[in-house]
Amino acid sequence: MKSTLTHTAPAKPAPPGPLEAFERFEKRAGHAGPPWLRALRTSGISYFGELGFPAAHHEDWRFTTPSVLAERAYAPAPRPDVQIPGVASLSLVPDGELEAHRLVFVDGHFAPRLSRVLPLEPEQVVTNLREALEFQSSLVESFLGRAARHETSAFAALNTAFLEDGAFVYLPAGRELAAPVHLLFVSSQPGVVSHPRVLVVARAGARAQVIEEYVSLGEQAGFTNAVTEIAAGPGAQVEHVRLQRENGASLHVGTVEARQYKDSRVLSHSVSTGARLARHNIHLRFEEPGCEGVLNGLYTGAGDQLVDHHTIADHRSPHCQSHEFYHGILSGRSRGVFNGRIYVRQDAQKTDAKQTNRNLLLSNEATVYTKPQLEIWADDVKCTHGATVGQLDENAVFYLRSRGIGEARARRMLIGAFASETIGRIGVEALRARLDETLQAWLAEELAAPGPLPLPHPPGLTT
Amino acid sequence: MTPLLEINQLNATVEGRQILKGLSLTVHAGEVHAIMGPNGSGKSTLASILSGRPGYEVTGGSAALDGEDLLGMKPEDRARKGLFLAFQYPVEIPGVNSTYFLKAALNEVRKARGLPELDALEFLEFIKAKMKVLELDPSLLNRPVNEGFSGGEKKRNEIFQMAILEPRLAILDETDSGLDIDALRIVAEGVNRLRKPDNAQVVITHYQRLLDYIVPDYVHVLHDGRIVKSGGKELAYELERRGYDWLTSEARPVSPELTTA
Repeated sequence: MKSTLTHTAPAKPAPPGPLEAFERFEKRAGHAGPPWLRALRTSGISYFGELGFPAAHHEDWRFTTPSVLAERAYAPAPRPDVQIPGVASLSLVPDGELEAHRLVFVDGHFAPRLSRVLPLEPEQVVTNLREALEFQSSLVESFLGRAARHETSAFAALNTAFLEDGAFVYLPAGRELAAPVHLLFVSSQPGVVSHPRVLVVARAGARAQVIEEYVSLGEQAGFTNAVTEIAAGPGAQVEHVRLQRENGASLHVGTVEARQYKDSRVLSHSVSTGARLARHNIHLRFEEPGCEGVLNGLYTGAGDQLVDHHTIADHRSPHCQSHEFYHGILSGRSRGVFNGRIYVRQDAQKTDAKQTNRNLLLSNEATVYTKPQLEIWADDVKCTHGATVGQLDENAVFYLRSRGIGEARARRMLIGAFASETIGRIGVEALRARLDETLQAWLAEELAAPGPLPLPHPPGLTT
Repeated sequence: MTPLLEINQLNATVEGRQILKGLSLTVHAGEVHAIMGPNGSGKSTLASILSGRPGYEVTGGSAALDGEDLLGMKPEDRARKGLFLAFQYPVEIPGVNSTYFLKAALNEVRKARGLPELDALEFLEFIKAKMKVLELDPSLLNRPVNEGFSGGEKKRNEIFQMAILEPRLAILDETDSGLDIDALRIVAEGVNRLRKPDNAQVVITHYQRLLDYIVPDYVHVLHDGRIVKSGGKELAYELERRGYDWLTSEARPVSPELTTA
C-alpha cells in the first residue's frame, strides 16, 4: 500500500483483525447507503491500514496504552434483536427533566422506539444518520468526513470504515434549534464494539445545543469509538456536551472535530467519569476571523481508571479566541492525562488563547500527566497557559472547619466547588443540576472509602 | 464561676521553634480583653492555637472553654462549642456560594446547641437584619465566599459571620489591619452590638486605634510568647504614647508565677 502521508512517529502495522472485520462488514452492510459512502468507508479502512494502531512510544499515546485497544475486536455489533427495557432510564437526565430531541442508540444502532424528535422548523433536521444517508444523501455528503480527519487519526479512520449509523443535526441559516438534542449511546452486549458518528451542521447564524451521553447496560466491557464532526457557519453557535459515563470495564475513544467559520462560537464540554480507559481527542479549528472556542472539561478517575484528554485549539485566522478550562479529580490509583495544544498559525494575528488545567489528587497513588503545548508562528498574539496538580487548599479546609463545618463535609464542599466551576459553564440547566448531584454522591463515596484521604499539609507550610 | 476562657502556662512551637512560652490568660463572661504586642510576639499564634489551626504543636499548658479542654478538640467542635475566630486574612473559597456556606455553618452550630435547623427562607430572614448593621451589599451573598471581596468587605464579612454564629467567645485577630477609618467604625460597631453579658471578646491588635472603637476592659501586652504586662484600657494609651520598648527591653513577666519553669 502506497503511503502519501508522512508520519511523525512510526506506527506498527495494523493487526489483521480490523481489515478482515471490514471485509465481513462490507458484505453485510456495504451495499446499504449511497455509493459515495462506500468510497468513504474504503478510504477509511485504507488509511487505517496505513496508520495502524498508534505504537506505545507514539508521542500522542505515551500514557494511554494503545495495545489495550488494539487487542480488541473491531467488527461493529449487529443490531440487537430484542429491545432492552429500561434503556432510557440509563440517562443522567430523566425524560421529564429535559425537554429535548432524544435519539437513543443501542450498540451503535438507532432505536426508534426509544427515541423522540420534537416538532422542528422547516429545513431543520434531527435524525439518525442511517436515515439521513438514505433520504438526504447529498446534504450529508457535503459535510460528512470534512471535519474529522481520518487521514491522520487511526481511530477516526476506523470509525469511518465502519460508519453505519449515528446522528445528523442540520440547521439552516438563521434558525435556532429550540430544544437541545440529546443523544444517548448505550452499550448493551458483552464485548460490544460500536463506531457511532455524529454530524452537526449549523449554517450561518444558527444555534444548537447537542448532548452526547455514553452509558453501559451491565458491567461487561465494551469498546466505543465515537467521532463527532461539527461545522459552524458564520455567526453560528454550537454548544456540544460530551458525557462519558460507561462502565468501569469499558474502553472509550471519543473524537470531536469542529470547523468554525467567521464569528462562530463553539462551546465544547467534555465530562468523563466512566470507562477503564477513556481517550478523548477534541479539536477546534478556526478557519476564519472572529471565531470563539471554549474547551471546557471535567474528568474524574477512581480505582485503576485512565482518563486522557488531548485537545487542540487551532488558530488559523486572525482575531479568534480560545478559552480552555480542564479540571481533573483523581483518586485511587487512577491516572489522568491532559495534553492541550494551541496552534497559532502565521496568519492568526491578534489571537487570544487561554488555557488552564487544574488537578486534584485525592490519594497518594493517583497520578496526572499534564502538558501544555503552544506552537506559535504569529507575533502579535496573547497566549497564556497554566497547570496545577495538588491537593486541597488546607487554608480553605480550616476556614470552613473553624465555622463549625465538619472536616469530611468541608472537603466535599471544596472538591464539589472545584468540579462545579467547569460544570457551571454548561448551558443546559437540567444537566448541570444532575451532574452536580452525581458528582457530590461520587465524592462522598470516594472520600468515605477506606483508601487514603487527602493528606494534610506538613506542619509549617501553613501560616 | 468558671471562666469562659482559661489559658494556663501555654507553650507552643511552630516548626520546632518555640513561640508561646508559658502564656496565661483568664477571660470571664461579659469581658472584652485586648492583647497587644509587637510583631512576632506570638499574638496570631495564640489565635491559631485556640481555634485549632493545623501546624502548631502545643508542648505544655492548657486552655479551656467553659471549663472544657479546648486543645484536644477538632476545630469544628470548638466552633460548635461557641468559639469564633475572625481571621486576619479571611480565605477566598472559589465555587462555594456564601449563602450556602453560611447556612451550613449556622445549622451545624444550631444543631450542637440543640436548636432546630433553619430552612432557606428562615435563614434569609435571620441574616437580613445582620447584613444591614455591617452595611454589607446583599449581592455578596450570591458570590463565592470572600472571592473578589475588597479588604474591607472581607473583614466586615468576618464580623457578619460572627453575628450569625453568635459565639460565646470571639477572637478578633488583627481585624483592624487594612481597614480605613469608615470601615473600622462599621466593624467596631458590629462587634460592640454583639457584646452581651454571657459572651466575651478577645481583641488582638498591634495598634491602639481599634481600641478607641472597641473599648476593652483589660489590656495585655504580649512579648516573646508570654504576657508581660496587664492593665486597664489606659495601658493601651500608654503603649500608644511610649511604644513597646519600655516593656520589651525589660522583658519581664507580670508576676513570677507566670514564668515557665
